[in-house]
Amino acid sequence: MKILTGNDLVSGDVIWWAGDGWSRQVGDSADVGERGDDLARTEEAALRVVGAYVIDATVSDDGVRPAHIKDRIRALGPTVRPDLTLKPNDADAGNWVI
Amino acid sequence: MYRYDSYDQSIVDARVEEFRDQVQRRLTGALTEDQFKPLRLMNGLYLQLHAYMLRVAIPYGTLSGKQMRKLGEIAAKYDRGYGHFTTRQNLQYNWIKLADAPDILAELATVEMHAIQTSGNCIRNISSDQYAGVSADEVADPRPWAELLRQWSSFHPEFTYLPRKFKICVIASDDDRAAMKLHDIGLKLVSKDGVIGAEVYAGGGMGRTPMVAPLIRDFVPEEEIVSYLEACLRVYNRHGRRDNKYKARIKILVHEIGVEEYKRQVEEEFAHMRTLGLNPPVEELNRIRAFFAPPAYETGLSDAMDRSDPAFALWVDRQVAAHKAPGYAIVNISLKPLTGIPGDASAEQIELVATLAERYSLDELRVTHAQNLVLPHVRKVDLYAIWRELEEAGLAEANLDLITDIIACPGLDYCALANARSIPLAQKIAHRFAAAERQAELGELKLKISGCINACGHHHAGHIGILGVDRKGVENFQLSLGGSGAEDASLGQITGPGFSEDGVVDAIEKVTDLYLAQRESGERFLDTYRRLGMKPFKEAIYG
Amino acid sequence: MVEFLSFRNGEATQEPAVTVEAFTGQTNSTAVRIEAGEDARELLPHLDRLSLVEVNFPAYGDGRGYSAARILRESGYQGELRAVGDVLVDQIVALRRCGFDSFHPAKPLDDAAVDRALNRYADVYQKAIDGRIPVWAKRHPETTNG
Repeated sequence: MKILTGNDLVSGDVIWWAGDGWSRQVGDSADVGERGDDLARTEEAALRVVGAYVIDATVSDDGVRPAHIKDRIRALGPTVRPDLTLKPNDADAGNWVI
Repeated sequence: MYRYDSYDQSIVDARVEEFRDQVQRRLTGALTEDQFKPLRLMNGLYLQLHAYMLRVAIPYGTLSGKQMRKLGEIAAKYDRGYGHFTTRQNLQYNWIKLADAPDILAELATVEMHAIQTSGNCIRNISSDQYAGVSADEVADPRPWAELLRQWSSFHPEFTYLPRKFKICVIASDDDRAAMKLHDIGLKLVSKDGVIGAEVYAGGGMGRTPMVAPLIRDFVPEEEIVSYLEACLRVYNRHGRRDNKYKARIKILVHEIGVEEYKRQVEEEFAHMRTLGLNPPVEELNRIRAFFAPPAYETGLSDAMDRSDPAFALWVDRQVAAHKAPGYAIVNISLKPLTGIPGDASAEQIELVATLAERYSLDELRVTHAQNLVLPHVRKVDLYAIWRELEEAGLAEANLDLITDIIACPGLDYCALANARSIPLAQKIAHRFAAAERQAELGELKLKISGCINACGHHHAGHIGILGVDRKGVENFQLSLGGSGAEDASLGQITGPGFSEDGVVDAIEKVTDLYLAQRESGERFLDTYRRLGMKPFKEAIYG
Repeated sequence: MVEFLSFRNGEATQEPAVTVEAFTGQTNSTAVRIEAGEDARELLPHLDRLSLVEVNFPAYGDGRGYSAARILRESGYQGELRAVGDVLVDQIVALRRCGFDSFHPAKPLDDAAVDRALNRYADVYQKAIDGRIPVWAKRHPETTNG
């Protein structure tokens, strides 16, 4: 699937397009098909996102998994600071990015 | 230390208000990201992997306690409770909100700090020796020249849109602690017939085409350094490549036209420049120099100390360097705890070091390019008390210049440019070599890790260097040996095919084992490598 | 919004600027246009017959035009020096400091923003072309190096 990501313009938070708005959770990502670039332009113009780009991802029972390690690290947070990731209580969360 | 006068303050304050206006225009949509990006970069604000990142300039790596305290306060108030000291002697915050950036710059301005030109294709923060002013072997304290150049380079009208970024370093000792020859321009102060001037090196750098800077002039009198640099920069601005950003640094220009031709053009331009009255008068250098006059050291202090606590004695032997004044010492504070993140410091640690600087170091501290901190003016009688406080705060690691004193860029955990993670690898290496006896046995061994070809982790200059690459979406690491950023500057050579994260740790163990087996008396790892060459090391790794 | 901005007294030069090659090959033209990679020093033998030099900025980040301008002014050129192309409000101050005295940007500029930019910084650190007294000279009024 194709998903759309970027950063919140004001806070800088990593965000994912969820179909009707943006989410902090990669698992909420919607398949944007071929509409990603158009959506990125519209949402950037509306000042809701900055640096938006489309990536490949797979979906399984475990949720949405970006194809590249860089976007998996964006989705989780810094692997060397588990306390600052989106899964601070999951000691093994870092393994997901590899 | 230098203090702003009303001119300096008004320029920095004006910058804060200018940026506030630009951020406002961005938040209301008057500026698109394409228009805003170069403006925010000129203020050190990047969009990184997880958030905005703000890079604060620490001019020539010198700070007062008050400035350090402010850095800690900002980390606690606007960031997530920590900051990262960089190989450019700066500090980066990783989790900044765009709307807060103007307020942060305003807070920095209250303590005479800024983020001006910490990014962009302009002259960046001037770097210098962390032992400036306190080492016995320097010709002069290099920081007055660095401050003169900070002012000269700030909002320079001609050199703000160079082909690429431009880094200048000023040192004044034969021992190079600042990687001077790996800068776009390196200045080494020297004395000739009682007159101070500079040796000038141009065209050094790391990145994808590393070069050690050649000497282009053996003496520029101190009062003409500004006009000579104007000449160097003008030749680069006019003729540096702009067709390919990977070939745009001055090192490529110097390499392509040749050192002699670059020198010739600079001399021609200098002959013209020196007629234009561009140099501040010597009174201005003297004014700045007065701020860096040696502090009033106490006399009659004892050099003796109680070494009965073995952990303290170990720390003293490793972290404390000789000071030019009797009874005083230079304290190196390691930001490389074995399980920590190289260069990171929590808001509380930053606050503590600020307090230690105020209480024990004549209100002064330094940041090193190896991502450590320095208290430059410590009475030896105070060392034990300082060590106790550092130990309580997790800052008493005794590993200066040892294999676990690793330089590492933020890597793929934080950086949008990175191809691989640097920090987890640094932690694995530190874990493997954690035993203090083993580190001591290996002696000076500078290990440096970059998560991409841009080489922020200085891997080319590592006795052992590691470069992270992306191999079909998987992190892979290339090993190199034989680099040095010191006065014997050299560039490391790649050993061969790359490794997984665990594989590279094993390979390091093989080369260090070979070193221990083959070294001759007094040889560092680097010396043995230089004597034996790559072949035996390669065989040890891949054989 | 302004399409043309001049800081010169009197009329802007109307004559169309010719290329450096055309200019140096003929004797009657008084206006020339320098492209980013061209050598401003080629014009130095002809400064007395020039009334307009246009310096083109193909992109705001291409800073070669700043050096071209200073070279001309340092050599005594007194005529109109016009920045054209990708000239943005954020570069106006630096361009002025390098000796540009008129601007014909590809996209019009906001007058109020130009005024704000020009008045933002009361002081400057370097001696350049615009005659502004650098901070170091203000700090030492007794010296003559300003």
